[in-house]
Amino acid sequence: MTPQDFKSDQYVRFCPGCGDHAICMALQKAMAEIGIPPHQTVVISGIGCSSRMPHYLNTYGFNTIHGRGAAIATGVKTSHPELTVWQMTGDGDCLAIGGNHFIHSLRRNVDLNICLFNNRIYGLTKGQYSPTSPKGFVSKSSPFGTVERPFIPAELVMGARGTFFARTLDVDMPTTVNCLVEAQRHKGASVVECLVNCVIFNNGTHAWIADRDTRAERTIILRHGEKMLFGRDNEKGLALDYSQGLLPVLTVVPADDPRVLVHDTTLADPTLHRMLALMGQQRYMQVPNGADLPDDGLPIALGVIRNVAEDTYDAAVNRQIDEVRAHAKAHTFDQLTATLEQF
Amino acid sequence: MQQVVIRFCGDSGDGMQLTGNLFSSLSALLGDEISTLPDYPAEIRAPQGTLGGVSGFQLNLGRDVYTPGDKADVIVAMNAAALKVCTLGSKFNHPGAVFNTRDALYKPDAIIIVDTDSLAPKDLEKALYTTDNPFTELAIPESVQVIPVALTTLTKAALADSGLDNKAMLKSRNMFALGLVCWLFDRPIDRAIHFLEGKFAKKPTLIEPNTKVLVDGYNYGQNLALNIRQIVVDHTRTVPDGSPTDLRRISDGTPTAHRRLADGREEANPYPGRRSADGRPTVNTTPDVPAERPYTSIAGNKATAWGLIAAAEKAGKRLFLGSYPITPATDIMHELAARKDMGVMVVQAEDEISGVCTAIGAAFAGDLACTSTSGPGLSLKSEAIGLAVMAELPLVVIDVQRGGPSTGLPTKTEQTDLMQAVYGRNGECPAVVIAASTPANCFDYAYRAAQIALENMTPVILLTDTYLANGTSLWQIPRLADLRDIRPQGAPDALAGRFNPALRDPDTLVRYFAPAGREGFQHRNIGLERDAERGTISTNPENHEQMVRTRQAKIDRLAERLPRLTVEGNTDSDTLLVGWGSTYGHLRAAAEALHCAHAHFNYINPLPANTAQVLAQYRRIVVCELNTGQFAALLRSRIEGLHIEQYNEIQGQPFAVERIIDFVKP
Repeated sequence: MTPQDFKSDQYVRFCPGCGDHAICMALQKAMAEIGIPPHQTVVISGIGCSSRMPHYLNTYGFNTIHGRGAAIATGVKTSHPELTVWQMTGDGDCLAIGGNHFIHSLRRNVDLNICLFNNRIYGLTKGQYSPTSPKGFVSKSSPFGTVERPFIPAELVMGARGTFFARTLDVDMPTTVNCLVEAQRHKGASVVECLVNCVIFNNGTHAWIADRDTRAERTIILRHGEKMLFGRDNEKGLALDYSQGLLPVLTVVPADDPRVLVHDTTLADPTLHRMLALMGQQRYMQVPNGADLPDDGLPIALGVIRNVAEDTYDAAVNRQIDEVRAHAKAHTFDQLTATLEQF
Repeated sequence: MQQVVIRFCGDSGDGMQLTGNLFSSLSALLGDEISTLPDYPAEIRAPQGTLGGVSGFQLNLGRDVYTPGDKADVIVAMNAAALKVCTLGSKFNHPGAVFNTRDALYKPDAIIIVDTDSLAPKDLEKALYTTDNPFTELAIPESVQVIPVALTTLTKAALADSGLDNKAMLKSRNMFALGLVCWLFDRPIDRAIHFLEGKFAKKPTLIEPNTKVLVDGYNYGQNLALNIRQIVVDHTRTVPDGSPTDLRRISDGTPTAHRRLADGREEANPYPGRRSADGRPTVNTTPDVPAERPYTSIAGNKATAWGLIAAAEKAGKRLFLGSYPITPATDIMHELAARKDMGVMVVQAEDEISGVCTAIGAAFAGDLACTSTSGPGLSLKSEAIGLAVMAELPLVVIDVQRGGPSTGLPTKTEQTDLMQAVYGRNGECPAVVIAASTPANCFDYAYRAAQIALENMTPVILLTDTYLANGTSLWQIPRLADLRDIRPQGAPDALAGRFNPALRDPDTLVRYFAPAGREGFQHRNIGLERDAERGTISTNPENHEQMVRTRQAKIDRLAERLPRLTVEGNTDSDTLLVGWGSTYGHLRAAAEALHCAHAHFNYINPLPANTAQVLAQYRRIVVCELNTGQFAALLRSRIEGLHIEQYNEIQGQPFAVERIIDFVKP
């Protein structure tokens, strides 16, 4: 299969320069690489710019209502586990109006591939702050700056006992495709946080890490089984520093330091995954672009951070039904009514 | 006697529901028609012996039983609090209140069996009596025959050699009362023992002591020559629960000759095998008419759940329920969650919205998808139901109505969600709304709801209510083969490669359906307005109007394929009682007493195609509802120049037949 097989006949209507174009192409590439045929692939979305995505994919698609994509996707996957189910959602759709469905789909570990497009703004309603907008962010609905603390999506995923979390940048096609492919291969709820630029209402929101000049210094691409190295020439590594008090903290060391960590996405205990996912996030979430605060040198983690195998809800529900049916005496309505007290 | 109403009442822990159910089953077995109404206290566990903890179970048995009865002929009061609640009705907590015929839950010539061991000073104190004689304090009239029985003492005596502790012995008091009632009604005690064994099948050690107490109670009545005549009820079963049903392929043998099309026409017969208006089979009847099918007693919520199970099997679909716990609908979820043997999939969702949305997802993938809720939940589901209307997906929404608005009266009955069901969504958003009218025919209308949804690609809202949900009536158990066919809408193979979700049958306007997974039919569905031809997003003004009118016309045209309104009772009368949903039994009983006509609606939106014609034939039309007049308002808005009277009650209780008669009689 080729990416062409997953392109619909619809003209893609994201704004010119929008980060969603890149994710759309990455999705088509990833779906081709995965090789599940289009008719066995379902893409569910809610409302928002990113929720237009199903229209551009030649699969079964359903562009539903605001915030409810996770619930509808749960219904599709649980009732028909043989289908591959994707959910397209944004920071408002997923983390504000749809927050409840999001955390419960993660808690249940429904086998969904959730693309969380995070541009830290409401685009389709023309520019209000979102649950991921940095504190102090000035928007049409926060003309004097927000006073709200934002969510860090990774932290929410770990808090909801998520089994898969990856983060990627719209401008990094290979990493995006890899994250999407891994998300699909993971059995259970997979969240890929796609950091995307909103060229109209929040241009440059991720420029601090997306700029070609600084990206290598400010991000690290984590790969399972490989050393955690970053920097222009991979000259830096990440290690745990046990000297800072009660708990170890992540720290930057030279690449040849024997303490450099090797990434393991499969650790059941989420502590280290959480530490990696939260690197730089406090700063990133404080002020637009995070640039004005002192730099602790820790990069923003990209790539697959957590990928843990656990039983999925959809499989467990169907298995339970099969088990009950295997031992039940009645399988049809007429057999069922025969068990009634009859007069 | 033709009918007798008996009410068992006692503390929540006294086992009144079990006692009532056992006696109901026993009566049904002997050929009585039954209608029951449990009356639970609001608190799950109110302090023992208090007024708030009184639990009741009312049963009407005999012939032509349409309702659980307005007031009881026989009361079994297990304690002082129960005696007070039965005597004062809704005034039970008014200081100084005494018996009056309007509020009392029993008739002025009723028999009251009361446990005298539970009238000790501390019992009276808990039930807020101010004197030491409850009978004079409540001014129970002399016409009421009080049978004092030392239930507690007698039960303990019966179990003296059982080795049970005091607490365990006291739990069997209800069986002594049941034994006594069996004697009073001349019920064969061996049959009662049979049911008892069934109920305690999982706790066999309890069978022997309970049987002993039951028999002792029976013998107590027989041997000690209670100064009371036994009650003999005629039990020749005629109509199972008095309910009209248009579901059965083959006549169930019920005489329904008095039922005819009010406009005099033969009813259109859109589905092969459906029954004509006079109850006789029309076409496709098998040569061997089935022997009379057996009956069981069934509560509305269970009947609803089983109707969905039957529909799924008939349609060849998986049954999917997405739901969130809410009184009084939760039993539907309980029932279906237990039916994994039937392959039913239940998702207990994180909220009401997710309940309906998981169902919409399952519908998109091709299941028979349902969600069950009550009024507040229906409010929360509104937007998603709108999505199912827009996306034209089959969806069954069950609203077990309760007292509203907001949290309202969660355990009480009301018909106040009608307007919400018909109109409660943004935009021009027509959905099908139907209503069940007896506990047993919740089965038929749940089945119908599924059929309409699957065949017409539309959400169907099925309205039941607390009264139907918890009440029971006799249900003649159908065979799946006897139920009408369900032919879910599909998409012709010829549309492969060019399918879109706007393509529809030109006659019915029902869109074609391809569930996710079907090769060559990939498409994008939307809650946004779609282009009438291509199915893609469209903001074109003319297209929007065309689509709004198409969605409406699809529902309007459905009326031609649904049953016509029928009139029962004295159709020659110039007075017509009109109702919908759960008030069927009360209106039927009132219409019979008043010798007037009665039209009852099960199809609310669209209205039956002959509605205006039927109503035009009557000079005086009284629309009776448990709300302030929602259906009356709907009728007025749909039928120009209609003049109707209204009779409304909004007390969280079913109608009393007497009150309807008082209002309507000239």
